[in-house]
Amino acid sequence: MARENLEFGDGVLLQHCALQTEDDLVLARAAIKLHSTDLGFSKLNQTKIVTAASELGRNVLEHGLGGHLKIDAIDQFGRKGLRLIFEDNGPGILDMELALTDGYTSKKGLGLGLTGSKRLMDEFSIESQPGEGTTVMVIKWT
Amino acid sequence: MANDTMTSVATLMRDSQKEILADWVDQQLKDPARTQAVPESSLRASSNEFLSIFQEAIQKGNLDNMAAPEWEGARKMLSELSASRALQGSTPSETASFIFSLKEPLFALINKQLGAGNIASSEAIVRYSKVLDQLGLYTFESFQKSREAVIRRQQKDMLEMSTPVIKLWEGVVAVPLIGTLDSARTQIVMENLLQAIVDTNSKVAILDITGVPTVDTQTAQHLIKTVSATRLMGADCIVSGIRPQIAQTIVHLGIDIQDITTKALMSDAIREAMERTGWSVIRNTSQES
Repeated sequence: MARENLEFGDGVLLQHCALQTEDDLVLARAAIKLHSTDLGFSKLNQTKIVTAASELGRNVLEHGLGGHLKIDAIDQFGRKGLRLIFEDNGPGILDMELALTDGYTSKKGLGLGLTGSKRLMDEFSIESQPGEGTTVMVIKWT
Repeated sequence: MANDTMTSVATLMRDSQKEILADWVDQQLKDPARTQAVPESSLRASSNEFLSIFQEAIQKGNLDNMAAPEWEGARKMLSELSASRALQGSTPSETASFIFSLKEPLFALINKQLGAGNIASSEAIVRYSKVLDQLGLYTFESFQKSREAVIRRQQKDMLEMSTPVIKLWEGVVAVPLIGTLDSARTQIVMENLLQAIVDTNSKVAILDITGVPTVDTQTAQHLIKTVSATRLMGADCIVSGIRPQIAQTIVHLGIDIQDITTKALMSDAIREAMERTGWSVIRNTSQES
């Protein structure tokens, strides 16, 4: 996504994961765990990143009807971070404010996925065009 | 190209089947990708069987559509062959080259019959090459399918194996959860646990999540549901094995688990369960070491 690239620079692509089934999500979690270990994140932050990814990845599966995830390592003036970009071509989010409310769910979950992952990560941005899909970008700094 | 050339290849194949077979088996035996998974005798038998079926199929003249009924026999034989090879432990390339290695002996035969280097023989080679490519891909696909079937079966076995309910003490059962807690597993855990509560007349159930790598909102929701169902059965539920990083993650996510009794360690949970069921553990001081 162009805006994130301007804000945080081009990352070094670590992995590209398809997100079409629950099994893809398991693989994506394992990949993120591996890359976050490589980048030297603490156990706590590894768990936070993997959990946030699990939430956002499940959103891609359940609301976005499948999509993909880009994992990259970024470096902003010497500050290193792991960036995850989730993209889907689903129906998009009609009411962003509502979607970002704790406890609101359009399905039968707890309604904490988006807000929860925002709290677990350091940077969070979401863009959605109704009918065209949703892109969520999150960053955790080391 | 005239179909009579095609059928003449079929006739030729029938007449020199022995020769082709010897050539073909030779090719397969000296293939560097060959493992010892398939013995030579069965290799020879299946090669011979395939040649007869193949020769019969091309006799009928349909060389374009491998999905046509003329090729049903060949398809059936190849899918059975790849299924048995997948189980025997052949490699995918070894299985696919069963068909691909037929090219050389067959083309040699065509060249011999139609004369090497002329238009008729190169056209025939292109056509038969396509046929064998399609059959090779079909074999590969069947191989893949049977591998996937094996994996699916193993997954199912694992699912059932990985959720045992253990009777810890009179009135206390425990489920050590290991791996990802998805909907399918939660369902199995819940069924097994609720049944065990009835069978053992337990009053306390311990769910241990030490082996669950990620607790996200879905996992938490599954846990909450399991606890609620246990309560409906008249038993208490304790969730143990909450690691420090999991505890912090749950707080950040904002999941409310105030209603659930949680313990850091399984041993804490056992102590609590014993207390609730009226047992007390006393260390015999004379044997203390």
